[in-house]
Amino acid sequence: MNFELLKKWPKTWLIVALAAALVAQIFSNQINGYYYDVIIKVGINIILAVSLNLINGYTGQFSLGHAGFMAVGAYTAAAVTMLLGPKILPHGTGLFFDLGPIALFVAALILGGLAAAIAGALVGAPSLRLKGDYLAIVTLGFGEIIRVIVRNIDSLGGALGLNGIPNYTTLFWVAAVAIICTYVVLTMVHSSYGRGFLAVRDDEVAAEAMGLNTTRYKIVAFVIGAFFAGMAGGLYGHYTLSIDPKGFDFNRSIEIVVMVIVGGMGNTLGVIAAAILLTLLPEFLRPMAQYRMVLYSLLLIVLMLTRPQGLFNWRRGLKPALRA
Amino acid sequence: MTVFLQQLVNGLSLGAIYALIALGYTMVYGILRFINFAHSDVFMVGAFAGYCFARVIPHASIGGGLLVMLLAMCFCALLGVVIERLAYRPLRGDSNLAILITAIGVSLLLENVTLLIFDATPKTFPTLIPYKDFSILGGVRITSVELVVFAVTAILLIALQWIVLKTRVGTAMRAVSFNHQAASLVGINNDRVISFTFALGSALAAAGGILWASLYPSIDPYMGVVPGLKAFVAAVLGGIGNIPGAALGGLMLGLIESFVNGSRFSTYTDAIAFAALILILIFRPAGLLGKFQVEKV
Amino acid sequence: MFRRLTDFAPRAFVVALIVIAGCKPQNYGGGGADTGGDIKVGEFASLTGKEATFGQSSHHGTELAIDELNSEGGVLGRKFQLLTEDDLSKAGESKTIAQKLISRDGVVALLGEVASSRSLEAAPICQENKIPQISPSSTNPKVTEIGDYIFRVCFIDPMQGKALAQFARDTLQAKHMAVLTDVSTAYSVGLATYFKEAFTAQGGEITVEQKYSGGDRDFKAQLTTIKAANADALFVPGYYTEVGLIARQARELGLTYPLFGGDGWEAPELVQIGGDAVEGCYYSTHYSPEVQDPAVVKFVAAFKSKYGSVPDAMAALGYDSAMLLADAIKRAGTTDGPKVRDALAATKDFPGVAGKITIDSNRNAQKPLVILEVTNGGFHLVKQVAPE
Repeated sequence: MNFELLKKWPKTWLIVALAAALVAQIFSNQINGYYYDVIIKVGINIILAVSLNLINGYTGQFSLGHAGFMAVGAYTAAAVTMLLGPKILPHGTGLFFDLGPIALFVAALILGGLAAAIAGALVGAPSLRLKGDYLAIVTLGFGEIIRVIVRNIDSLGGALGLNGIPNYTTLFWVAAVAIICTYVVLTMVHSSYGRGFLAVRDDEVAAEAMGLNTTRYKIVAFVIGAFFAGMAGGLYGHYTLSIDPKGFDFNRSIEIVVMVIVGGMGNTLGVIAAAILLTLLPEFLRPMAQYRMVLYSLLLIVLMLTRPQGLFNWRRGLKPALRA
Repeated sequence: MTVFLQQLVNGLSLGAIYALIALGYTMVYGILRFINFAHSDVFMVGAFAGYCFARVIPHASIGGGLLVMLLAMCFCALLGVVIERLAYRPLRGDSNLAILITAIGVSLLLENVTLLIFDATPKTFPTLIPYKDFSILGGVRITSVELVVFAVTAILLIALQWIVLKTRVGTAMRAVSFNHQAASLVGINNDRVISFTFALGSALAAAGGILWASLYPSIDPYMGVVPGLKAFVAAVLGGIGNIPGAALGGLMLGLIESFVNGSRFSTYTDAIAFAALILILIFRPAGLLGKFQVEKV
Repeated sequence: MFRRLTDFAPRAFVVALIVIAGCKPQNYGGGGADTGGDIKVGEFASLTGKEATFGQSSHHGTELAIDELNSEGGVLGRKFQLLTEDDLSKAGESKTIAQKLISRDGVVALLGEVASSRSLEAAPICQENKIPQISPSSTNPKVTEIGDYIFRVCFIDPMQGKALAQFARDTLQAKHMAVLTDVSTAYSVGLATYFKEAFTAQGGEITVEQKYSGGDRDFKAQLTTIKAANADALFVPGYYTEVGLIARQARELGLTYPLFGGDGWEAPELVQIGGDAVEGCYYSTHYSPEVQDPAVVKFVAAFKSKYGSVPDAMAALGYDSAMLLADAIKRAGTTDGPKVRDALAATKDFPGVAGKITIDSNRNAQKPLVILEVTNGGFHLVKQVAPE
């Protein structure tokens, strides 16, 4: 697969992709409601998988708490739209299409992302002293701590969850964030600064010896990954209109990790394809009723036994190549 | 004071079972550097196996109970070996992450197959240990089941230490965990040792399952998820790969849980347990009893 | 050679994906695309996962109702087709399912769910598409507040809490109460809140409160603290999966006073797991198979012969939700969403097996509540509380 064309004019491709998303949005009410719903889900999973791929795939930090960042973003964004909304919105802008809700939504998403990014920095901090599987457990722990804390905050709905979130998410926003996230991750990793991430993954000791501040790279990876996960959470909340701490548990984190690994760690396009596949697969298997999950788990096992490097990883062998 | 002692007893019996499950995680990790996500479901299968075996054996006699436990342990040991052979061995040596996904797949498979066979209704685990309760130390209540849990855990722990330290296969296990290439160079059959480790770990998980089901007689296909996670935390807490550490971690976690559950903060139990873990790891990055592996370049 | 195949696999996957994605879907547009033929009714339930027992129970009740209706020729000359989807007891699935059943499968109405949180997920979709939704047993008041297309055939927790508080004061003669709540479900938290309000309003005192999480197995810590406080009874507004164990452990710790709770207690497993510990305990629910109503007797017999077990409240309510829907369609004379909705809202004294159903202005069912006592391993009717 020749990506040279993509690499040459990244900014142009970005604009083209965003324009395509806008066009898709205009025609989106022609799409059957069920398919629309699945497309949104796929989009959100793509954002989650690509952002986790930065942490797990490119920087080699085993993170099992991504759903926690999603939760922080979802609740923060919802809090912004539900608390600030009624105060700001009634004053209309008098423009052709009301910019009010759109601006509010974008602000909510960004604030959600920032809150998640702060959480990401907190989670990345112990990475200074912890390696590999220990870091994995700590990230898992943070994910669970976030979930338990949210469950105990009654003003955010507690166990019942937060209801009545305004329906702001549309195909365009999901596509736009997905496109921007992919753009950011890809351009970062292919830059000379971004070589640092790969260096940390390939051989951390050598990277330190070369003078790279490995801790800073790790924290940056966590922060950026968490930021986009937070935005994905905001999008998710404003789509399902009702969020529950149970939806952001360890199982959710594992689902995203599976997408990253099946896609091939450090292979952004592979990860996107895996996200699409693994979101659609349970939908296709619906007719199988109670055999659905048995089939899903068997497929997962067979998949890893036959292609352990990931489904869409065209690199032969398993050692990550020198260029991402 | 009575309340404190009661919570202590509660915590230790819970912790004993976490310790049993944690041992399985820690042994497999020590040898293969791999977190066996399916372990919590072997625990669950052990409980269900006990449920089935108990139907053919007369209830409520200590001898019968122990026989059921032994049968379940053998069944799960076999299951562990089969899983290792089919799902993990082909990926050994390759990327650590592919095995992780397979383990997740196996975990889901075990849960859903059990769901298919037994359906989701929680089943009542038959009484294997004749029930009697005692009042000791002025008001602290302890039941016969809890006493059996302590006894069996202690016996199994001692047996495990003996196997690992005093037998040939135990020494082989330790050798493989230090350096598996060197171990095969000195003539150890790594495959056999690894199979044995899985068998042992799975048998312990099954014992844990039966004891858990005796303490809390309601079993369902998802019963392993939460105790499994906690036991894993316990294993890491004690230093993953370290057998006494897993036992210590298990007991500590049981105690923390018990005391927090009885306090005002009971809804934060899981968070507090993880926070304790994170704090300990920050000060002792290899866990309480773990040895910090200096990375050689 | 196998290698070659696996190399080919990912490309094949991607191509297949594009082909499938490009396929034209069969029916576009909103719901209610009813073109004659069988009447399609959607159902979503937790057939697998943590609350599978409730989902399977309610599904069996609904299924039995549909079968009975079809054997009598259906309604308006058309038979029913029940389209059931499993929500895996998971958050996030119900919305997709509701969307699918309405947009792709064209159902005229949606039955579900038992759990309030999942009913809440699907409700906005039904409301938006003007498809009536009937929940068999979600008791949290917020469910029907979503919109005027959302109904339920059971009572709501404020009523249940109040009835139980009254029972505690009058029958149990309790002045000091201990409360043990499951904080992981909206049902338990809601019911606890309403109970506490009513109990203190009637002059009682809550002396100790403890919490646990659904799925927990060990409650000794909480029960030890409860024991140390002064209480006459223990209110446990949770699900039977934990209540059985809670009762056992309470007795093991030496707690002798009665435990009582709400409709989440009801299942044969309560007695299987709880054993002697639940003897003499009480709970409130929607119906009792002991009610000597010929409709109830007939229902119990039919259910038993089809599924081999005595139907519980979830099954009865699942049955009633389907029967009520059929009745509303008959009264409306059409499957058109708005007209069926109006017929549902006008329901008065519909003879459900779980009691007479009258739908009030908030689209909740005004129904009697029954309080049962566990005696000799069975559930026996102790009191009936009429709706206000």
